[in-house]
Amino acid sequence: MSELIIPAIISCFVAFFTVYVTTPYLIKYLQKRNFAVKDVNKKEEIMVPRPGGPSIILGIISSEIILYSFFQSNDILAIMITSVLAFLIGYVDDRKVMSGWFKPIALAITASPIIILGAYDSNLAFPLFGEVQIPVLYLGVIVLMIPITGNTINSIDVLNGVASGFMTIAGFSLSIGLFILQNYEMMIISLPLGFVSLAFYKYHKIPSKIFPGDSGALTLGSMYGAIAIVGQVEIVAAVALLPAVINSFLFLSSVKKVVEHRQIKEKPVDHDEEFRLRATNEKTAPVTLVRLILAGGPMTEKQVCCTIFKLAIFSGGLAVITALLMEVRT
Amino acid sequence: MKAWIFSFLFGMWVLILVGGGIIVNVLGPISITGYGEINWFISSLFKAVIAIILVVIWILILSKLKNWIFRNEIKS
Repeated sequence: MSELIIPAIISCFVAFFTVYVTTPYLIKYLQKRNFAVKDVNKKEEIMVPRPGGPSIILGIISSEIILYSFFQSNDILAIMITSVLAFLIGYVDDRKVMSGWFKPIALAITASPIIILGAYDSNLAFPLFGEVQIPVLYLGVIVLMIPITGNTINSIDVLNGVASGFMTIAGFSLSIGLFILQNYEMMIISLPLGFVSLAFYKYHKIPSKIFPGDSGALTLGSMYGAIAIVGQVEIVAAVALLPAVINSFLFLSSVKKVVEHRQIKEKPVDHDEEFRLRATNEKTAPVTLVRLILAGGPMTEKQVCCTIFKLAIFSGGLAVITALLMEVRT
Repeated sequence: MKAWIFSFLFGMWVLILVGGGIIVNVLGPISITGYGEINWFISSLFKAVIAIILVVIWILILSKLKNWIFRNEIKS
């Protein structure tokens, strides 16, 4: 355990400060090139640079390379390559709007490094009840996990700071879960995810100075999914991600097809006179987590973000309890 | 409002725990024989189909729960 402390400190330091230092330069670069989008939830005409994915992936690559130099593990390679592939898919989507099916299908392919490098175990562990061996089904779980986690984080990226803040909470919850399950090496491999998200949150929080874009959100979500599979904490990861899963579930169950958010004509949320967020009365508009939160009445963007973070902390707590229940069983 | 979403989250978590119990205790011990070397594959395939059906049931329950919560919230 003590021999793991130095790699953990160095990788976390590098993950955090790579993003913290490079993001302001990325913001300036994107502003110069006029790569910016309107922040629709602000009264004033505010243009926010996008995407922040390059600084996020830089933080992940640099920290995971450091960890690889210590551990020479295929697990690290699998997580890193999956994250890079997801970043590239997101970057394509940032530059050119692709169809609703593009991301899920392309993200399913990004899971291939995990299978090729054999960085998985086909036993699926459940809290309280133990493990079940499902070799055929597990391959399906691997292929589905990355598109699900990638897209759920991408679909929750609707307000300033939500994607990075949510990922910080979920990422650290997953690391705590891995610690409880005494999977210390994987815990260290997972820590850069939380630190990269935390550093990016500094620039992404209200009022956003940069948006992560598809490249940023898909990178964070895919890395999270890859850690869940490689670290054998699929259920703990799913529980920590529940608010984002609810968002995707509500959206899909109301729209009943896979489409891009920008293709939806009836908006689920609009603004009142004071420019607070308000749930619309459009019957055909998709039900989303934000719309559900706003069903009680209009709220400011900051209040909605706080509610989402409270939900993330709650589900993070449930994820830690899930890990404890798994440990009780073993 | 918020309390309902927390309840929904908790409900999802309980459903995951219960689903895990069903998979481990009911699906796990199932073993199909009579197909020679591909016994493991047939067993795994059978388990996969049952697991997918369970996931569909899980989604249907959540969908009902969601509609019920959302309807109550809109009314209030």
